[in-house]
Amino acid sequence: MNVTKLQKALFSKTLLRGCLSVGALILAWELGRRLKVPGFAAVPAPTEVWNVLAASIAEPKFWEHWRASFTRVLSGFVAAQLIGVPLGLIMAMGRAFYLTTFPLLEIMRPIPPLAWVPASIIFWPTTESSIAFVIFLGAFFTVVINVIGSARNIDVRYVRAAQSLGSRPSDIFFRIILPAVLPGVFIGMAVGMGITWEVVVAAEMIAGKSGLGYLTWSSYVGGNYPQIIIGMISIGVAGYVSSSLIRLLGRYVTPWQRTS
Amino acid sequence: MAATDNFAHAAPSPQPTGRATGEVIIDVVCKSYLIGPVHDQVLEDCTLTLPAGKLTVLIGPSGCGKSTLINILAGYDTADSGRVTIDGESIRGPSSDRLVVFQETALFPWMTTWQNIVYGPRVQRRRTSADIDAEANHLLDRVGLREFRNKYPSQLSGGMQRRAELARAMINEPRLMLLDEPFRGLDAMTRELMQEYFLRLYEEKRQTVLFVTSEIDEAIFLADTLVLMSNKPGHIIEAIDIELPRPRDPHVLTSTAYLRYKEHALDILHEEALKAFAGGSRAAADFVEAYDKREQEK
Repeated sequence: MNVTKLQKALFSKTLLRGCLSVGALILAWELGRRLKVPGFAAVPAPTEVWNVLAASIAEPKFWEHWRASFTRVLSGFVAAQLIGVPLGLIMAMGRAFYLTTFPLLEIMRPIPPLAWVPASIIFWPTTESSIAFVIFLGAFFTVVINVIGSARNIDVRYVRAAQSLGSRPSDIFFRIILPAVLPGVFIGMAVGMGITWEVVVAAEMIAGKSGLGYLTWSSYVGGNYPQIIIGMISIGVAGYVSSSLIRLLGRYVTPWQRTS
Repeated sequence: MAATDNFAHAAPSPQPTGRATGEVIIDVVCKSYLIGPVHDQVLEDCTLTLPAGKLTVLIGPSGCGKSTLINILAGYDTADSGRVTIDGESIRGPSSDRLVVFQETALFPWMTTWQNIVYGPRVQRRRTSADIDAEANHLLDRVGLREFRNKYPSQLSGGMQRRAELARAMINEPRLMLLDEPFRGLDAMTRELMQEYFLRLYEEKRQTVLFVTSEIDEAIFLADTLVLMSNKPGHIIEAIDIELPRPRDPHVLTSTAYLRYKEHALDILHEEALKAFAGGSRAAADFVEAYDKREQEK
């Protein structure tokens, strides 16, 4: 009973502190507008944005943008996990394979997702697949690097202990190596998730008729300034929510990481 | 003492399988490592027999090759020359016949106490799961961790982790148990308690044990045979049979027989430490200092 109370108090305090920074930003923005600070002239005031936002929420079209972006981010992200995690594990375990593939990985990794856009349009048959591919790339390299890192950091005593206890190679893989890399995989996932949202604007510039990135860019082209800010806030919130969900999932899947 | 009472009331254990005898023969083993251009001779003509079902304690100056010997017996490493056999078979690679309890805990952090303990028998698939559960429960009681069976290692204290680790090793009834300074880093009280836990478990199971330590009191208190190892390159100087009655309790530490063993062992270790001191070992310097202080007090 006391514990839950404590948790609630902590939680609300955390929440309060989080809200504080958001509130301060909105206040500074409003003040900047009122005091006519240079640069703020063309920026719509929070109140204006709020009015447009209130109207937007009621429209199903607005939520269509959310759905479209979430679908793309999710598919690109899931593909990055499905390919990146096994690839990272194989690279960490096989020395020859590592030496063969690592230079290629390191050459591809610094290429910004935006630079992939033209190639992606040419290569993939549909717009949707081009967009998903760019998002995929955003998360993919982070995932691979994180998995390699955590697989290499496995304490050799765990593997030795497991051998002594009579494990077969498959036991060592599934019951020792996999759980040992899981926390690292989730860190990679949370970071990768953030990057996919960073990439969504670039990806949806490819064409697209929907999505939060598209909404932001087309609002700029159409001169609808409050809408730009709504698009930006939406991407931020969407990214925060998805990263939080990943962290929550991570806590659930790796219960031994919780401090007692 | 409360811990002792618990043991007295505990249920008798299932009989160990009579298959293994677990006699280990280490015959003129040499081992060196190449560090840059230098051959570092760690073990030289190391010869030792671990009698079946006996508790042999190995003590020697730090860096004398004790852990190397453990690694060779465990099968993690191989000797350059010489032969190591268990019941006449040469040792090849790690096996559940020869279990290691590591210096600091190597419990799997992602498994609960219970999952850690049943891990070995589960992956070996030699016993029924009812049999495994019964044995695991018995061992949990023996090491006083019943209430902590569903905790993760990070939620246990240092002493509890070592006890869980002992249970995880013992449930496999290995032919040989290798303990590499298992109680290092524990505070004095916990350490004494752990020694008692360990002795009770040993006296119940009677597996062949090689226990490495750098603590002389711990060594004599536990040992059937106390083996003194030289400085690097390590070889065996002397094996002393410790004829103190079992079951032992800490009162034995004040008996005259005990003190005679200690005196004798310390004299030899002192000599070795002086040599190591001349060779520049920091740990040896500490030992020499402590020994001299003790001599003055007499």
